Amino acid sequence: MQRLRVRYAKRGRLRFTSHRDISRAVERAVRRAGIPVAYSAGFSPHPKISYAGAAPTGVASEAEYLEIGVTTPCDPEQVRFGLDESLPPGLDVLDVVEAGPGGLADRLEVSDWEVRLPGADRELAEVAAEKFLAAGTVEVERLTKKGMRRFDAREAVLGLTVSEGTDRTAAQVHGQPCVILRMVVRHMTPAVRPDDVLTGLRLVADFAPPVPPEVTRLAQGPLDARTGALADPLDLDRDNTRGGEAGPASEHVAG
Amino acid sequence: MPVESIFHRLEALLPKVQKPIQYVGGELNSTVKDWDSADVRWALMYPDAYEVGLPNQGVAILYEILNELPATLAERTYAVWPDLEALMRAEGVPQFTVDAHRPVRAFDVLGVSFSTELGYTNLLTALDLAGIPLEAVRRGEDDPIVIAGGHAAFNPEPIADFIDAAVLGDGEQISIAITEVIREWKAEGRPGGRDELLMRLAESGGVYVPKFYDVDYHPDGRIKRVAPNRAEVPWRVHKHTVMDLDEWPYPKKPLVPLAETVHERFSVEIFRGCTRGCRFCQAGMITRPVRERSITTIGAMVENGVKESGFNEVGLLSLSSADHSEIGDIAKGLADRYEGTNTSLSLPSTRVDAFNIDLANEFSRNGRRSGLTFAPEGGSERMRKVINKMVTEEDLIRTVTTAYSQGWRQVKLYFMCGLPTETDEDVLGIADLAKKVIKAGREATGSRDIRCTVSIGGFVPKPHTPFQWAGQADHETVDRRLKALRDALRGDKEYGRAIGYRYHDGKPSIVEGLLSRGDRRVGAVIRAVWEDGGRFDGWSEHFSYERWMAAAEKAGVDVDWYTTREREENEVLPWDHLDAGLDREWLWQDWQEAISGGEVEDCRWTPCYDCGVCPTMGTEIQIGPTGRKLLPLTVV
Repeated sequence: MQRLRVRYAKRGRLRFTSHRDISRAVERAVRRAGIPVAYSAGFSPHPKISYAGAAPTGVASEAEYLEIGVTTPCDPEQVRFGLDESLPPGLDVLDVVEAGPGGLADRLEVSDWEVRLPGADRELAEVAAEKFLAAGTVEVERLTKKGMRRFDAREAVLGLTVSEGTDRTAAQVHGQPCVILRMVVRHMTPAVRPDDVLTGLRLVADFAPPVPPEVTRLAQGPLDARTGALADPLDLDRDNTRGGEAGPASEHVAG
Repeated sequence: MPVESIFHRLEALLPKVQKPIQYVGGELNSTVKDWDSADVRWALMYPDAYEVGLPNQGVAILYEILNELPATLAERTYAVWPDLEALMRAEGVPQFTVDAHRPVRAFDVLGVSFSTELGYTNLLTALDLAGIPLEAVRRGEDDPIVIAGGHAAFNPEPIADFIDAAVLGDGEQISIAITEVIREWKAEGRPGGRDELLMRLAESGGVYVPKFYDVDYHPDGRIKRVAPNRAEVPWRVHKHTVMDLDEWPYPKKPLVPLAETVHERFSVEIFRGCTRGCRFCQAGMITRPVRERSITTIGAMVENGVKESGFNEVGLLSLSSADHSEIGDIAKGLADRYEGTNTSLSLPSTRVDAFNIDLANEFSRNGRRSGLTFAPEGGSERMRKVINKMVTEEDLIRTVTTAYSQGWRQVKLYFMCGLPTETDEDVLGIADLAKKVIKAGREATGSRDIRCTVSIGGFVPKPHTPFQWAGQADHETVDRRLKALRDALRGDKEYGRAIGYRYHDGKPSIVEGLLSRGDRRVGAVIRAVWEDGGRFDGWSEHFSYERWMAAAEKAGVDVDWYTTREREENEVLPWDHLDAGLDREWLWQDWQEAISGGEVEDCRWTPCYDCGVCPTMGTEIQIGPTGRKLLPLTVV
């Protein structure tokens, strides 16, 4: 069975889709596109589509990944086009490769997050980021399905920088000025999410943005041991099957 | 004047609410048109949560038809949950459409589809959030015309104060006709304002404008007379009937939601109307006559719908789907076409006979034989005669046994409690029936691994049915019988564990009864409930019986008088001036027959019994067979 690895984006208003919403939409799109998806055996057969670490509801992403098992070999570029055509605008298919050896989930070691904070104070944000990075551990609490959990939000954060820009919600032509945080966060258990880092900033420096943040995952993938940069997780598959060109890991298209 | 999207204001609120995806639109096959490209603009509302409203066929069909018209646009709006409502109020965000997030007040028409009366409070929330005055008479030139449709609109009197107009029956053609009347009136420069537009609509006799009718009452509270207060307006308003469903093969572009909804499937209405004559069934009375879609149109609609939507389930809808004259060929043809594709077919509405199991078998060739549902409705033979549900105990047991022996493990049986003339024994008869079903099933299969679920709801007398005169059972009686039935089922050592029991308590039925057969005086109750925070009355977690009773008392409305009181033959009913085509004398005669246990046959196969619909409405029964078959689909 051929397996295809798909990178897709969740943009604009479709960032409000939950993981379950996306999986229903993808199943339907696969059917509409006529992709010969494989089904599991048994009483209620399910299409063989698996997802790696989905971004939370309300968080946009330029780098979500899924894997489709197909019964007959498909051209990845045709699948990319067909699947993208069949998904609603805002769920956009960016890249499809034939899977090589090795699991995809294992390669998704780190995420690069962008957090836009309209109306926040840049200086306060910088002070908070410095204090956060200077701290050895920053214990935060979050309500999970298993109840309130307490964990360290500091260790997972490999990088945290502050800059400025505008917010860019779907319907606005001119965005408001906002503070932009970039966070490079290692995937750990329990997962440290951008909102946990924000909680950490509040705890260490009383930094609290006035309105809900706009969060986008820009990239996820393995960390290059030599350069410390984020690499495209599909490059390994590309090297293996085609030796073809590498896709830019942090290509960023505004929704 | 350009109308701007409110989305950026809504977007800031979405991170704070449950399931924000339901408010963002962007569904596959949804339509967004330029505001200025249209001169007639409809906002279509289903007055319940998105998850219930999106799959609604009525709204989906009108949405498509109106958007196909030149210079016309239609967008959809749904009830927002209380969490978002509170934020919208705090931030001044108005009721919006999900398509282009335009404020509802900017549209020419707000069309609201009421499948049930329990959406009335949600209408008020939407109007209020939209900034449209609740009372129709206080609306100005900038407010949309608010039109109610759907089955509940066959008695819109309880919401007469809040709507400008109501439309009875099939919406396809009348919504286009209304659009053209509005277009002409706007092109002429809106002569005479809002009132003239309403007058132009009312004159035709096809649109009911409540304020052009006055209601007089007797000193004892009964209605004395409902009469037009303008000469041009007809005494009675008639329902609309689409006569050739093959000419209206909608939905063509099914809406595919991102959010999870109650029906995740592509649905095709295989026929409209039903003449089985079940006396409790309002749908069966007001949608006559039977009009079938042909097997070839059904096949084409399914093929197109599956392709356009990507849904993996197809529902063949109607009031009694197994009654289609060519259902056997439809079932076989579709099962052949979709065998091995992981596309499942379902027939939601079924009757009790062996033929039904053949159909179900056809639809479950992949081997999934989980559950079958039958609706005997009444627990005793006598009761079933009263409601004209002609199923004998023998039929039922034979049918269910056949199902079990063909591999079906679970059978669900639907019943009602509180039917006219019902006694405790009639309801307890359900327990006996369920036990006999399990006993026969065990004997037939030699297995104890079979189950039966009894599902029972409270009966509510509805307008335009033979039971429109009946006294509704009070909730104490219903609850007592439901509890006795539960005890009889649970207490049984031999069969109790094989029988599931699902029921709804009797109080919500009383409120539904008040709203179903209410008159204009009930409007004050709806308003008081809404002002007290009443929302989403169809949801048990939001519904409050006490709130309704307190509001009724405040408004001076005697709930018993509207619900448990039996009406006399000559009493003027609030909906008598609204014509569903049914001959009032026939309805009364059928009510009398019911009390004496007389049965009526289905007029599709026996001579006409003069219910009145066909001659009054200029319609006729339209059924096959056409003799055609579905050909295999060519492989793509």
